[in-house]
Amino acid sequence: MFPGGRGRVAVAMSGGVDSSTAAALLKDEGYEVIGLTMHLWDQTQDGRGKFGRCCSPEDIHDARRVADEIGIPHYVINLKKAFAEEVVDYFVEEYLRGRTPNPCVLCNQKIKFDLLLRKAEELGAKALATGHYARIELCPANKEPGRYLLRRGKDRNKDQSYFLFSMTQEQMSKVLFPLGEKSKAEVRQQALKLGLRVAKKAESQEICFVPDDDYRGFVEKREGREISQPGEIVNREGKVLGFHRGLYSYTVGQRRGLGIAAPQPYYVLALDVERNRMVVGEREELIAHGLFASGVNWISFPRLESEVEALVQIRYRHPGTPAILSPLDRERVKADFKIPLKSVTPGQAAVFYLGDEVLGGGWIERAF
Amino acid sequence: MRRVYMDHNATTPVHPEVLEAMRPFFMEKFGNASSIHWAGREVKKYVDEARENVAGLLNATAQEIIFTGCGTESDNMAIKGVAFAALAKGRHIITTQVEHHAVLHTCQFLEKMGYEITYLPVDSDGLIDLTELRQSIKDQTILITIMFANNETGTIFPVQKIGEMAREKGVIFHTDAIQAAGKVPIDLKQLPVDILSLSGHKLYAPKGIGAQYIRSGTPMTSLIHGGAQERNRRAGTENVPYIVGLGKASEIARRDLQKRHNYLLALRDRLHQGIIHRIPHVKLNGHPTERLPNTLNMSFLYIEGESLLLNLDLEGIAVSSGSACTSGSLEPSHVLLAMGIPPEIAQSAIRFSLGWSNTLEEVDYTVEVLPRIVQRLRDMSPLYQKRVAMAI
Repeated sequence: MFPGGRGRVAVAMSGGVDSSTAAALLKDEGYEVIGLTMHLWDQTQDGRGKFGRCCSPEDIHDARRVADEIGIPHYVINLKKAFAEEVVDYFVEEYLRGRTPNPCVLCNQKIKFDLLLRKAEELGAKALATGHYARIELCPANKEPGRYLLRRGKDRNKDQSYFLFSMTQEQMSKVLFPLGEKSKAEVRQQALKLGLRVAKKAESQEICFVPDDDYRGFVEKREGREISQPGEIVNREGKVLGFHRGLYSYTVGQRRGLGIAAPQPYYVLALDVERNRMVVGEREELIAHGLFASGVNWISFPRLESEVEALVQIRYRHPGTPAILSPLDRERVKADFKIPLKSVTPGQAAVFYLGDEVLGGGWIERAF
Repeated sequence: MRRVYMDHNATTPVHPEVLEAMRPFFMEKFGNASSIHWAGREVKKYVDEARENVAGLLNATAQEIIFTGCGTESDNMAIKGVAFAALAKGRHIITTQVEHHAVLHTCQFLEKMGYEITYLPVDSDGLIDLTELRQSIKDQTILITIMFANNETGTIFPVQKIGEMAREKGVIFHTDAIQAAGKVPIDLKQLPVDILSLSGHKLYAPKGIGAQYIRSGTPMTSLIHGGAQERNRRAGTENVPYIVGLGKASEIARRDLQKRHNYLLALRDRLHQGIIHRIPHVKLNGHPTERLPNTLNMSFLYIEGESLLLNLDLEGIAVSSGSACTSGSLEPSHVLLAMGIPPEIAQSAIRFSLGWSNTLEEVDYTVEVLPRIVQRLRDMSPLYQKRVAMAI
C-alpha cells in the first residue's frame, strides 16, 4: 500500500483488543509503530463508580501497557476540547431536536481521521492505523485510477464500514485498517498468541461518553435542566389521542408504552419537539417507501451523476434494503426502497453499498 | 537510539558518589536514628553529618536545617506552618503569579480557609515590581513567599532586596529555592531569608527527600505530628539513606558549584546561539541575564510545543514544555501567561534544562536535529502558511 517500503505509522490505540492487535501486527510486519491514545472525555464517576466504555483512565492505562508489551512509544493526545465541541455538543443538539444522533461517525470524521491524523503526520508518520474492521483499496486501474475505495471488513458480522462512510479520499490515502481481512475470532486468537493482556477484554456497545446508555440522563445533566415535559399525542391529522410523559422517553417506531387505548396498535411516527407533540399512526403509516439523506459523502465516485441501484443500511445492525438512489441538489440524495421499510429514524446515517463496496453515505433527513 | 536528557529541572540522575554514600544504610547501618542503642547511634552521626552538609551548601547552621519528604512538602510546611502559627497576627500572604503549583495551590487552599492572598503580577521577564510588593504589605501580612528562581524560565528573583523589605516590615519571608540550590550560590548569612525550601532530586540526590531551612525563632506550626524528630518540626522516622544521599549531594554541589555554574552556562549559551542562528522566528522566555545557568526556555513560533516535544522524544531528546508537574493538560504554562506572553506563543514554548552530564556534543546534536523538525512542523502549520502568504 505504501510505495517506498514500511516506514513510520501511528496506531490509534483505545486499549481494546482490536487496536492493540492492529498495533502488534503492524510492528511485526516491519513498520515503525507509534501508539497514540486519544484523551477525549473525562467521565466523572457519578457515585456508581461507572466510566463510559472508552477513554476511561483504565483504557488509557491498558493502551500504554500494551504499547510497553509490544515495545513501541506511546503518547496520550488530549483532544477533549474538540471532542466536546464537535461530538458531544452535536449529540446533545440532535437529541434535543428529537433525532437519534450517531456520534461515532462524527468522531471518526472530525476527530480521529482529522485531528488525530494530523497529529500523526506531525510525528512524521505516513499513515494512521486503526482497529476498524473495514478495507481500503485502490480502485482497479481500468476504472477510476487513483481513487480509493472503502469495502466492508471480511468479517461481515463485525464489519464497521458503516461508521466510516464520511471518509474523504485524502483521509483514505493516509489510513490503514490492518484488521480488514480478519475475523474477530482470528484477532482474538492473534492477541492471545501474542500474549497481549487485553486479549480477553470485553467489548461494550455503548456510546463512549454515555455510561449505561442513559442518553436522557446524560443530556439532562449536560443541559442542567429537566428536558422532558408531558405533552399531547396526536395522529397525522392532528387529532389528540392521548398524552405522553416526555418526548425523550420514546423513539420513532416504538409501539409499546404509548398508553393509547385502541383496537389496533399505534406506532411513534415522529417526535415534534417544537410543539412537544408525539405523532403516532398505524402500522401502514410507519412504513417508509424511501428516505431523503443530506450531507452525503461519496467514496466510489466524486458525485452521483445519475440513478444507481444500491443497498441502503439505515442502522449499524441493519441488513440493508435494496433501493434506487437519485441525486438531488448539493449533497442530497433520494433513496426509493424496492421493499418498504419500517422505522427509518431521522438523524441516523444511511450508508449505500454495492456488494461489499461503500458507495457513500449521508444523514437521514426524513422518510417518505 | 541515542538518548539526550535535557530536562534536569524536572529531575536529575543520582550522582554516583551519592549512591555510594547511601549504600551502607539499607542493610548494614539500618537503625532508627532515634534509638538509644548501638544501631541508632551508628546512624545518628551520619544524619548529623548530612545536616551539616546541607547547612554548608546554604551557609547556615545545622540546627536550622530539617529534613522533609520532598520539596513540595517543604513548601507546604513553610506556608501552612507559618499561616497557622500567625493566625493571631493576621491572615494576609503575599506571593507571585509565577510560583510552582506546590506554592500556588497551597495558597489557594488557604484562601478557601479564609486567608487573603495577594498574587503579585510579573513583567515580561518574569520579575515582580518591588514597589508593588512594598505597597502590598500591610499590618495583617504574615508571610511573603517568593521563589528564588523560576523552574520554567530560570528567571532569578532579587531575593536580597525582597528579604530586606520583609525584614523592614517584620514579615516572615519564605523562598522556594528548589531550582536554585546547587545552581547558584546561596548565602543565608547574607540573605535575609527566614525559610528556604529545597529538594533532593533537583540536586543529583534521589527523589523522595527534601529539606527546609528555618531561621531560629521563626514561628511555624508542624504539619506532620508524631514523634519528636527534626526538633519537633516534622515527625517521622528519619529516612537515613536518603538523608545521607542529600547530604552528600549538597557537599558535592558546594564543592563544584562554581565549576558547574561555568560549565552549564557555556553549554546553555552554545545551545541558545545554535538555535537562534539556525531557526528563525524564535523567542527567549525569561530574563536575558538574571537566569539560572542551565535553563533555556524558548518559543518556536507557529507550531505547537507538544508536537515539537514528541518529535524530539522520537529522536531521543528529552525536554519539556510547561513544567513537568503540569504537562498533560493543554493549558499553556501559567508562568508564561503571567509574563504577558500571548497564548499561541506560550503554547509553542520548550524548556531545555541542562545538567552536569550533558556534553558539548549533545548540545550540537540537538542544534542539528531541531531545525528540520521545526521546519517540517511549520510546513504543516496553517499559521505559518498564512504568515508566508502575507509575507510578514
